[in-house]
Amino acid sequence: MPESGHGARSILPLVAEDLGYAVAGRRLLNGVSFEIGPGPCTVILGPNGAGKTLTLRLCHGLLQPTHGRVGWRGPGRAEAAREQAMVFQRPVLLRRSVAANVDYALRLRGLPRDERRERAAEALDHTGLAALAGRAALSLSVGEQQRLALARAWALRPQVLFLDEPTASLDPGATGAVESTMRAIRASGTKLVMTTHDLGQARRLGDAVLFLHQGRLVENSSSDAFFEQPSSPEGKAFVRGELLW
Amino acid sequence: MADLLEAFRTALRLILELDAELVEIVGLSLRVSLSAVFLATLVGLPLGAVAGMLRFPGRRVVTVLLNSLLGLPPVVVGLVVYLLLSRSGPLGALGLLFTPAAMVFAQFLLITPIVAALSRQVLEELWQEYEDQLRSLGAGVWRAIPTLLFEGRYLLLTAILAGFGRAIAEVGAVIIVGGNIAHVTRVMTTAIALETSRGDLPLALGLGLLLIALSIAVNAAAYLAQAVTRSAHA
Amino acid sequence: MVAPRLRRLGAVAAALAVSALAGPPAAAEGRFITVASTTSTRDSGLFDWILPRFTRKTGIEVRIVAVGTGRALRLGERGDVDAVLVHDRSAEEAFVAAGFGIERREVMSNFFVVIGPEADPAGVRHRRDAPAALARVAETGSLFTSRGDDSGTHKAELRLWRSAGIDPRPHSGRWYRETGTGMGATLNTAAELGAYALTDSGTWGSFKNRRDLTVLMASGEALRNPYGAIVVNPERHPHVKQRWAQRFVDWLASPEGRAAIASFRVDGESLFYPASDTSTD
Repeated sequence: MPESGHGARSILPLVAEDLGYAVAGRRLLNGVSFEIGPGPCTVILGPNGAGKTLTLRLCHGLLQPTHGRVGWRGPGRAEAAREQAMVFQRPVLLRRSVAANVDYALRLRGLPRDERRERAAEALDHTGLAALAGRAALSLSVGEQQRLALARAWALRPQVLFLDEPTASLDPGATGAVESTMRAIRASGTKLVMTTHDLGQARRLGDAVLFLHQGRLVENSSSDAFFEQPSSPEGKAFVRGELLW
Repeated sequence: MADLLEAFRTALRLILELDAELVEIVGLSLRVSLSAVFLATLVGLPLGAVAGMLRFPGRRVVTVLLNSLLGLPPVVVGLVVYLLLSRSGPLGALGLLFTPAAMVFAQFLLITPIVAALSRQVLEELWQEYEDQLRSLGAGVWRAIPTLLFEGRYLLLTAILAGFGRAIAEVGAVIIVGGNIAHVTRVMTTAIALETSRGDLPLALGLGLLLIALSIAVNAAAYLAQAVTRSAHA
Repeated sequence: MVAPRLRRLGAVAAALAVSALAGPPAAAEGRFITVASTTSTRDSGLFDWILPRFTRKTGIEVRIVAVGTGRALRLGERGDVDAVLVHDRSAEEAFVAAGFGIERREVMSNFFVVIGPEADPAGVRHRRDAPAALARVAETGSLFTSRGDDSGTHKAELRLWRSAGIDPRPHSGRWYRETGTGMGATLNTAAELGAYALTDSGTWGSFKNRRDLTVLMASGEALRNPYGAIVVNPERHPHVKQRWAQRFVDWLASPEGRAAIASFRVDGESLFYPASDTSTD
């Protein structure tokens, strides 16, 4: 298993303070504060339009909040960025071979050639893609493409991996394969922070839950507590499947 | 109808005879237009990338400007280059008027907007698709430019071929700055204009057919090269 | 994995670019002059006949830029050519008088011809002279195509209209059609429309797309079309290759040059007549 962190100091916890995000005066996210500690997997839940993906992108630094701040423990933004990776709902792959896609990400980190080759081989091996290393990435099935996106992220050995609805576009078989890869990544010591629609997936993978509703953080608890005893009326409705998503 | 048949026969004869003067004219056409395309690519692709990927004030103005220049009239480009290169113009001391270099320069000005505008379109769309992922991997916009140039290579090749098509087919600019001098600056299009003015319409049309054949050959070569690299990547 | 291939491609393209920028293959090291002349002389094929003879003798290549007389003189004024060979005496004299040229030398001539449809609806064939012929065209409102481009032929045509006492310009767009293009394009238009036109014997002799057009009037002093050669004044433009350009002009007027001009024939017909011995040497 690839070891995460690579001896670097931990960048966790991630602290969000009074996060807000507005577009053209419309507040999409409002006064959200939380702390994500080093536990194995935090799931961000909520119905459609709750602000889940937005929160993830703000945490990863793809967007700048219009209010409040996101802070990491540790030296600084740039260093923190090097310890993160993100997998999107639809895999975004380059028009080159499977191996070259992983290699590209490693090259951006400035790793020497031998280490790149070694890490790429390892990541493809652990995601069951080794046999496809020479294939054009875009000729893979969607499920394989998403596993390649995971392999690419994994090869970076991030401390934190963000996943935005990683199985939303997949059929059940491919979902299973992607989930088991996610478990392997979690087991290697990488913290997972993910959004999902799928309550079953949240139960299977998560140990902590952030529940958002209409741009506000409504619950912040352990996974067990959230699913057994939601404290808010919205949370209760959501767990019962009464809130549309 | 008889004229058209005669033109086809003339074109065929020209190809079969491989007349030395014709070979020279075809060679110069290719040399000038390929050079212009090469230079236009060097300038146009980065320009398209900047206009398509960077966010800066006036970006929309640049886009509109580039798109309008797609229809730049060759004669106007020819006149501008003529006035620049004329002995009485600012660059007259270079002595470039009536040389192939002047023709390359004029065609370069004519097609750089084409390469830039079409590649801007391609790169802007690619950047929308890739931006989050590439930023997540740690690539800023400048690092992303070469990546997207490579990602969009097949579409960009089309932009470059569009530039080539325009360059090899235009007559208005090269006849002004080149002068259509026999053995020096006579290319396919100016030779066609010459034969037309001599009233030898079958020969003019025969040359025209040859020009089309040449254009097809270049595009086919590009397509083949593309197919080969594609299969090498699959 | 792709980079080396791209680099190789780039190298090939760069070599191509450099080779094109480096200039023409043959003349890069050779001696050459650039001469602005008219489309009518170029289209006739005269230069293909006489220039190789001059080059063989002197080693000087002559590069012809063929445009209308008006533009040819403009190229001379701006110093873009070393000499001009054109046919509009008054404009040529003005060019020299303004100091753009050293001296005008008449080197050859041919004749303007009035051409028109074989059927000759205006009946110009048996007129006394060219102005009378044009007057018939105007009276009958028959189509007439004019160069309309400030060329030597265009100027000559306007002179003929003036001597006929007619101003055709108000009729432009009706029976009087100004093409604003070269001689060949104007003749192509005339052939298509079945129109009358003024051209010169040199161009007509080698023009192929005649359809049912024919020469209706071909003689008379009013139709004489003299060509003058002028070296551009190096006092205005120091880069002008005066010595070589002068050799070319002198050669055109020399017995050898005159013989070359006289021996140029299309279908057995002489199209240009060398200047008589009234020239200065």
